[in-house]
Amino acid sequence: MSEDRPADQTDVRMDDDLALRPEREATVGSAGGREPRGDGRRGDRRRGERRRGDRAMVPEADFRSYYGLPVLNEPTWHDYDIAGYLFLGGLAGASSILAAAAGVTGRPRLARAGKVGALCAIGGSFYALIHDLGKPSRFVNMLRVFKVTSPMSVGTWILSAYGPQAGLAAVTAVTGRFPRLGRAASAGAGLTGAAVATYTAVLVADTAVPLWHDGHRELPLLFAGSAMAAAGGLGLLAAPLAEAGPARGTALLGTALEAAAYLRMERRLGPVAEPLRRGKGRLVRLGEGLSAAGALLGATAGRRSRAAAVAAGAALLAGSACTRFGVFHAGIASANDPAYTVEPQRARLAARERQRNGVPE
Amino acid sequence: MSVDPATASGYTAHPQRMGFFTDTSVCIGCKACEVACKEWNAVPDDGMTFTGMSYDNTMSLSADTWRHVAFIEQPRPLGHQDPGVEGMDFRWLMASDVCKHCTHAACLDVCPTGSLFRTEFGTVVVQDDICNGCGYCVPACPYGVIGKRETTGVAAKCTLCYDRLGVGQEPACAKSCPTDSIQFGELDELRERAARRLEQMRAAGVDSARLYGHDPDDGVGGTGAFFLLLDEPEVYGLPPDPVVTTRDLPSMWRQAGIAAAVLLAGIAAATWGSRT
Ligand code: SF4
Ligand code: SF4
Repeated sequence: MSEDRPADQTDVRMDDDLALRPEREATVGSAGGREPRGDGRRGDRRRGERRRGDRAMVPEADFRSYYGLPVLNEPTWHDYDIAGYLFLGGLAGASSILAAAAGVTGRPRLARAGKVGALCAIGGSFYALIHDLGKPSRFVNMLRVFKVTSPMSVGTWILSAYGPQAGLAAVTAVTGRFPRLGRAASAGAGLTGAAVATYTAVLVADTAVPLWHDGHRELPLLFAGSAMAAAGGLGLLAAPLAEAGPARGTALLGTALEAAAYLRMERRLGPVAEPLRRGKGRLVRLGEGLSAAGALLGATAGRRSRAAAVAAGAALLAGSACTRFGVFHAGIASANDPAYTVEPQRARLAARERQRNGVPE
Repeated sequence: MSVDPATASGYTAHPQRMGFFTDTSVCIGCKACEVACKEWNAVPDDGMTFTGMSYDNTMSLSADTWRHVAFIEQPRPLGHQDPGVEGMDFRWLMASDVCKHCTHAACLDVCPTGSLFRTEFGTVVVQDDICNGCGYCVPACPYGVIGKRETTGVAAKCTLCYDRLGVGQEPACAKSCPTDSIQFGELDELRERAARRLEQMRAAGVDSARLYGHDPDDGVGGTGAFFLLLDEPEVYGLPPDPVVTTRDLPSMWRQAGIAAAVLLAGIAAATWGSRT
């Protein structure tokens, strides 16, 4: 019927008769009867279908988007709050572990430094987390539910278990009162500290942000390494040389772990890892450099010289902070560029298509 | 395999799952839906900006834009249509975008307060008196739908006019659509209607027509609001293969567990391995 419609007739009409809604059935593009030509866009000639209508002539390989606008909405998190929390949470968690181990092995000053540092860091974390809320007065609404599908909910409960123990551990270490309670709290803070330092990787990975989500396999190890570097740094900074051995070792191991996880992630992610090499994402590399320098300095001159140990500790702390801010900003950049959303999904669709058609990879 | 989200959320007796079929081939870009939505839901203004990129000055969905009409101009013909300009091909694509009311909704999964919930109609709604504005839902949505409203500090998005559905009314946008591009109804029936419509468009020679979001086996379990598009989804600003982020959550928690164990073991090794 479209054939006998005049070429200039519009397909879409207004009609007040409810029984008759011809506009819904309008076959737009059928009037005219001309031989259609394609403009060569990719994707219109899929699944080997017969070419006709407005099907494309030549597949086009370039990336397409809606005027270059992002597909995703930008995370509303502020970097000083949330990237800051990623750093402080890691520092707190790993410091509690180091402090517990130092306490058991008879290094009271390293233990005390770790406990006090952890309490300050977790205090800062709570401040940052609540400050970032759109309605800080409703923070307690986090405690309405427990949801494993929400890492933020799980994290709230982890922090609720960790915070009081870290507080008790620090207070008993400083005052010297209730030593048995202090030992129990230190052990508890150490164990829950491991969760505090690593769950944050799941927190950012459980989003549609391409870099964070796709990096979900390596990010927990990267964060664990970065947390170790920070805790080692704090130990180097605050503990006397004679007790700082575990801090030096922790810094070295953490730096190595972080670097290995980073390399693996960068290799596996391919193009999606690009934002790590651009703009503020480069902070990650800076952070790794600082951590490596700090860990090496700590393990060499830092064994004998207090000044070198302090410098090494400061470099390690700064390095860990840079890494977290870098990962944070690279993630935001990956969300703001539609290419990182569209292209991996296109590749996934193409791979599925090949599989369906039995074509080997 | 098709899941009924209301049943999965624990409703025993509930109405049919309701949704939208947005047939973009008859959209005329009038933006009546954008206006009707703002009016009915008292959605605040989203800024008077001139984008200069097309007739679209709304740009994208956000806390203050619950319907967004995309406008695309392309140097290619639409089916058999003759644009009437010598030596030049062009077509306009218009599409009214909205929250997809996913079967597996990432925004709802990650919300730590339980503010986002599943209604008896299978839709996804924010309770703005519970939301504390943590913003987790914003980067979780694979479609870039939900946002945090500056003025109130809490999350906001399309409710599929929950209040209207409750009294048997269709949503404001669908009601106002002059061409029935936005069709509201029971999702099962809409899916059948869309399949018929796709056949009709293909038969008329518009081979670029395709459905988007109708498939219950896609990465979000199918959407409650799905579309008939005339080009690739990304051309309209839609992700071509969205996946609910929580699908990978078991593997994420496992990796975090490994990392926590490595962290404990590493510090233990450094401590006990070090000479005093
Ligand atoms: S489209 Fe986004 S905001 Fe809407 S239900 Fe799905 S995840 Fe939630
Ligand atoms: S901003 Fe509100 S609705 Fe969104 S995840 Fe947080 S509490 Fe839930």
